[in-house]
Amino acid sequence: MRSLLRFLTRIYFFLFFILLEVFCLILIVNFNNYQKIVFTNSTNNFIGDIYKKSSAFYSIFNLKEINSNLADENTRLRNRLEKIQASDKTDSTFADSAGYIFIATKVISNSVNLRNNYITLDKGTKDGIKTGMGIISPNGIVGIITNVSDHFSMGPTIINKKWKVSAKIKKNNYFGSLSWDGKDYRYAILNEIPIHVKLSIGDTIVTSSYSSVFPEGYLIGEIESFNHKKGYNFYNIKIRLSTNFMTLRHVNIIKNFYFNELENLQKTGDKDENIY
Amino acid sequence: MKIFIKYLFIWITVVLCQVLICNNIQLFGYINPYIYIIFILLLPLKTSKYLVLLLGFLLGLSIDIFSNTPGIHASATTFMAFLRPYIINILFNRESIDKKHLPSISSMGLSWFIKYTVIMVLVHHLFLFYIEAFSFTNFFFTLTRCLSSAVFSIILLIISQLLFFKERQK
Repeated sequence: MRSLLRFLTRIYFFLFFILLEVFCLILIVNFNNYQKIVFTNSTNNFIGDIYKKSSAFYSIFNLKEINSNLADENTRLRNRLEKIQASDKTDSTFADSAGYIFIATKVISNSVNLRNNYITLDKGTKDGIKTGMGIISPNGIVGIITNVSDHFSMGPTIINKKWKVSAKIKKNNYFGSLSWDGKDYRYAILNEIPIHVKLSIGDTIVTSSYSSVFPEGYLIGEIESFNHKKGYNFYNIKIRLSTNFMTLRHVNIIKNFYFNELENLQKTGDKDENIY
Repeated sequence: MKIFIKYLFIWITVVLCQVLICNNIQLFGYINPYIYIIFILLLPLKTSKYLVLLLGFLLGLSIDIFSNTPGIHASATTFMAFLRPYIINILFNRESIDKKHLPSISSMGLSWFIKYTVIMVLVHHLFLFYIEAFSFTNFFFTLTRCLSSAVFSIILLIISQLLFFKERQK
């Protein structure tokens, strides 16, 4: 017994180390479930406040770029308006994105160098943000909200290995799932497009209608290159993302008009699953 | 008490430097220096190894909270803190251990400090990048990412040591 105690005191340091590491591993593994960990992320009020202040400071350096982006967006919107006024029937893409509300927010923290990148925004439940809403920038989709506190919200971006989004090729409507390979923040991979589909470099990739998060036909990127391995029936398509995650400052949270209705519907669906 | 406040101040400075400045560098989308480990590097040699381990864990956790990576930095920093006493033992000549010394350039000399920093940074970064990838599938890709960031971190650590921590010689 005494020798056992002596042994334990000798490896006590090692045991303490193992204990701490196990605790870390629990944290790491649990974070696979986005909603589970509430305290240890940047939607925490204190952390969010620090980020908000620093992003206010950093945004000064980007004013020029933000201005030019806004001017671009203005022209684009004005052109669209002209087009709608010119033709009696509504523009089809415009009709698609009707039924969505846009909420303007500022990015207060963002990363591109990790395997699982998250974005933090400065609006929260007080502004009507809920988990499951989409995040878009004027240039394309960005991500989805998974954690919300009173004043802040955060979620994974497309360049997060744990998140996939349904996408389609604009010209022929073939759809697949878009994921990130964890390498370069400018490119993503589109899977599940069968090899009989005719592709060409530069084809536009947009969101498909299979998700209630994003409006159908919202820009994701364009085809950079594609190939298929022998024996595989699907292409391996490299997509150049239209959103530049490195310079993201202003984004919109997008809310489906029927968000609550859909949410309730899904809840009843879950209940049914429990019954059967 | 005075020493407690001093290290608390260094702690806050180091964490803020990391999350507000260094985390925004993201060179080429790959390279990101992690300089916060300087806090563990510069703890006095006489610090109890249990305290170093606990401080390492808490430091990593505070970085994690800011960067939405719960557990990743904490585990890497804990690992580094665990190895610190052994690394110091290897790097010291047995007879020259003077427990009053801080492991800094001014008290140990540049070449000793570079050796010490390189080993500690490599230990930390290797653990950090592989725990973040959580697999060996892209082994060499992760290794490149790790080593390029490590080189950057080492340079920054040595520069910051030369610039800011000089007066602690007294």
